[in-house]
Amino acid sequence: MAKNTLSSRFRKLDIDEFDENKFVDDHDEPVDNQGPDGAEIDNLIRQYPLRDMMTAFHIALRNPPVNTKNPAIKERALAIVLRVLTSFKSSDIEPAVKSLDRSGVDLLMKYIYRGFEKPSDNSSAILLQWHEKAFAVGGLGSIVRVLTARKTV
Amino acid sequence: MSLHQFLLEPITCHAWNRDRTQIAISPNNHEVHIYQKSGNQWVKSHELKEHNGHITGIDWAPKSDRIVTCGADRNAYVWSLKDGVWKPTLVILRINRAATFVKWSPLENKFAVGSGARLISVCYFESDNDWWVSKHIKKPIRSTVLSLDWHPNNVLLAAGSCDFKCRVFSAYIKEVEEKPGPTPWGSKMPFGAVLAEFGGAGGGGWVHSVSFSSSGNRLAWVSHDSTVTVVDGTKGSTPSQLKTEFLPLLSVLFISENSVVAAGHDCCPMLFRCDDGGSLTFVSKLDLPKASITRNISAMERFRNMDKRATTEDRNTALETLHQNSITQVSIYEGDQSDCRKFCTTGIDGAMTIWDFKSLEASIQGLRIM
Repeated sequence: MAKNTLSSRFRKLDIDEFDENKFVDDHDEPVDNQGPDGAEIDNLIRQYPLRDMMTAFHIALRNPPVNTKNPAIKERALAIVLRVLTSFKSSDIEPAVKSLDRSGVDLLMKYIYRGFEKPSDNSSAILLQWHEKAFAVGGLGSIVRVLTARKTV
Repeated sequence: MSLHQFLLEPITCHAWNRDRTQIAISPNNHEVHIYQKSGNQWVKSHELKEHNGHITGIDWAPKSDRIVTCGADRNAYVWSLKDGVWKPTLVILRINRAATFVKWSPLENKFAVGSGARLISVCYFESDNDWWVSKHIKKPIRSTVLSLDWHPNNVLLAAGSCDFKCRVFSAYIKEVEEKPGPTPWGSKMPFGAVLAEFGGAGGGGWVHSVSFSSSGNRLAWVSHDSTVTVVDGTKGSTPSQLKTEFLPLLSVLFISENSVVAAGHDCCPMLFRCDDGGSLTFVSKLDLPKASITRNISAMERFRNMDKRATTEDRNTALETLHQNSITQVSIYEGDQSDCRKFCTTGIDGAMTIWDFKSLEASIQGLRIM
């Protein structure tokens, strides 16, 4: 009996992988969700405030990488969106949020919460302002949809 | 709107008898209490004690006056009133997890039980052996079945489950009924066939409640991602979904062919409209609080509050809605599913409220139930 307790190789097994009742989510893998176009966003931000931040905002929210499992693509997209969000002036946030439709507000909420996960120097303050404005439009439902979404951004 | 507070325990589920003089509720324990209406009060008339686990579903058949209950002890009982006493009959469901929901079929010759065993047990009475037999619908359900609703043709069954999908099954039992005619949901209906499947696709949440309309052509469900969805079987199979800005809804009910009432964690029933074009819109919350009157607090009250609560303000911690906690079930009180005049809600606060559309239409501006 003393011999059996020595080996702890069994602790490395993930027993849930072998459960035959394990729920496997059906996933479809469309290819073209590669995240927003970084170069275009860079251009627009460099020309700010001459160019329209709203266009940059809308471009950043296009093509969200919700269907891929590749973390690199998601990180890249998140970085781009956060750059756009943090370079907004506080007074411009509300009209930007108002220009989105329901699914756009849900998507924005998803990015905001992802941005909360890794706070940097000044990102939290501006993200909280974005959160307040997005919450005013989307309500608790948009936050619940961030929590229940299995296709994360 | 009349609210009756039964006890402080949550009301897990409730069911009305045919003339709405009696209500069967389960106060979050192993028992079912039947209350009889006498004047304006509700008096407890029976206690049904047979289950060994929490009661998760009660349904009262209006015509045959039988009650079916199901519980976390993996059993279901059919209760019949004999000489003023409710006598239980055990139904062998053959499930190895808790039952979650039970509903009599429209003709009351069968009932369906949803369970955590990822299957639906459809039970019918076999008179040769004088017992209830169950048949299982397993495929392709992949998680707990949370809610069921029968189609008016007594054969089709809609099921909402935790695998984020809402499905329409056929529960055709050849021993008790004739072959059904074709419906917009399909024409070939062997037992256990999936006629339609909605939801999933990487999004969505647990489907808490499903409801067929009175014609059976429309199906509505509410899901944990705070959405309400309606699909019209006669107009193809694209469901129209409404993403709400409320907390998730827990129970949904068609109150006319075009209107749906739903209630949930926001403690307030909401009215939605689905027009013939297929689009779903939010109409109104049905529990609009009256403007609260700010009172001048007397000096005595100030000192009392300071003593009791360490505050001098008149801080009211009650919610503005009638229900003080989530509403878990909505049922029809007066009328039927094509034209409901009053509906009833029960919730975790142990209260039962009856809502009257006549007074709601009068008190809420511009509210019209179509």
